[in-house]
Amino acid sequence: MADIPDITIEVSNLVKTYGSLTAVNNLSFTVKRGEIVGLLGPNGAGKSTTMRILTGYLPANAGSVRICGFPVASHPEATKRHVGYMPENNPLPEDLRVSEYLWFRGRLKEMPRAKLRARIDEVLELCDLKRNRHRILGRLSKGNKQRVGIAEAILAEPAVIIMDEPTIGLDPHQIIIVRNLIASLRGRMSVIISSHILPEIEETCDRVLIINGGRIVAQGSPAELRHEIFGHSTYRLELAGDPAGLAAHLPGIDATLRLVNQGDAAADGFRTVTLMTDASTDLGERLLQVLPAAGYRVRSLGRTQPSLEDVFLAATRRSWDARLPGKNGLQGDSRAPLPKV
Amino acid sequence: MRHYFTILSHEIRALLYNPSTYVAAVLFLLVMGFIFVGILSDYSKAPQETPPAAIFFQAFFIPVFFMVPLLTMKSFAEERRLGTLETLLTAPVSTTEVVLGKFTAAYLFYVLLWASTFGFHYILQLYARDTRYLDSGPLIGGYLFIAVSGLLFVAVGILASAVTRNQAVAGILSFTILLGLIGGLSYVSELSALNTDVLSPLKPALEQLRVPGHVDDFTHGIVDTRQVFFYLTGCTLSLIFSILGVEAKILNS
Repeated sequence: MADIPDITIEVSNLVKTYGSLTAVNNLSFTVKRGEIVGLLGPNGAGKSTTMRILTGYLPANAGSVRICGFPVASHPEATKRHVGYMPENNPLPEDLRVSEYLWFRGRLKEMPRAKLRARIDEVLELCDLKRNRHRILGRLSKGNKQRVGIAEAILAEPAVIIMDEPTIGLDPHQIIIVRNLIASLRGRMSVIISSHILPEIEETCDRVLIINGGRIVAQGSPAELRHEIFGHSTYRLELAGDPAGLAAHLPGIDATLRLVNQGDAAADGFRTVTLMTDASTDLGERLLQVLPAAGYRVRSLGRTQPSLEDVFLAATRRSWDARLPGKNGLQGDSRAPLPKV
Repeated sequence: MRHYFTILSHEIRALLYNPSTYVAAVLFLLVMGFIFVGILSDYSKAPQETPPAAIFFQAFFIPVFFMVPLLTMKSFAEERRLGTLETLLTAPVSTTEVVLGKFTAAYLFYVLLWASTFGFHYILQLYARDTRYLDSGPLIGGYLFIAVSGLLFVAVGILASAVTRNQAVAGILSFTILLGLIGGLSYVSELSALNTDVLSPLKPALEQLRVPGHVDDFTHGIVDTRQVFFYLTGCTLSLIFSILGVEAKILNS
């Protein structure tokens, strides 16, 4: 693994069209070694197409993809050796046994026989499939099939692992196993996963790329995305005291802190107040210092963060909104605007 | 080519695991057995000029029409429908290796099935207690014809499977192409329209392409390199089109 460069995936200005439909539109990103990147987007956003181009299965119309320094278009044999790929819905041949399938795949991936035997034991252990190694693939449950797909993807210890919706159809227990498995690859292999399940992405990924209409609408770590898309954070307080004077104290804590909403006082005099700020630092301590000093009794304080779901919805909506006026401004994009969620 | 044998052994194993292989083999032997018994009963009624083996190989088209589509329709259509073609082609293998591996497995099975019909001739010789029935000349020629023509027929089946995702379509397509190749060509070569001045240059060429004529030649000990060349180039061409078909289907999927 010594010859693996620091940047394992380099995608620049990738374009893929199906007839008049532009599935991937000028996409560029890079993935570093050992990084776990999540690809997020609504149906038909171009996630699977992007992944298929990365694996060399589909050719792109324009742009370039480099895997470990090799361009996919001109050196497919070299790049395929560095990629472990699990397609959407994880297709498997139905009449093989688990260990036979892994053996066949390992031989296709040019693993020496002696090493392959030990490695199959290892991945079966990792994926919790030891008990199922002699079972026939067609008769496995969905979760077990999914884990066979993951075992197959990591079998040859590739530098890049690409998984299209690895956790689809799994129960919560199996999702945790898969999530831990993916997290255990961090630092050794670059992983790209796509998913609709947003908490999944948030927990496992170092970086998230939100794709819509074939282009990146937002990227960064989940925390960065929150700040970029929303630019503000919200605090909820339960306090008792003079509601009219509250607004006057806020600029003293932070210049952008403002009162957005305040509820009616309950019988015990406490009311729920919502504050909003553009500052990215946590203002909780300051609030707890200043408000009691001004004579307010604070019962609870909470910082509500937008979930990745909100970020996702806001980012994809923002990109749809941007495309609606002036259709001529965006060439090559014939996709009809999708309904807003 | 290092993956060729991996794919070949995988395909052979898949054939051996599949119950339909055994059903097809039994069906084949049953049909060929009936044909053989029919030939023998004809011979017991009246003396004939040609050896029974030569007549037996003239019925080659019956198993070709149903066995070749059955054997090959699965190869790519099924993989494409299941989606396993994607995992196969994203491994470091080339499409050529995959096509050649699948072709060889189907071809080996086809030849093996035909080889098992040698048992008929052996049993006949055993019961008739007459070594003349094991007439080596027509038998060697006949099996040579099966081996050479099988290259083209199986390649045609692979081609039909490579251009669709539906097994039934692949089966019917390969049946149609084989029918055109065997029945159609010999029908066209006998048309009276070929005797007109304009078309008469075509007549000798079309007569050379008559597959039943090739069987007669082979069983009578004539191994014509033109015929061998026809089957070899046809096989190569079909396989090249299969490779293109598999890749083109990906582009348009």
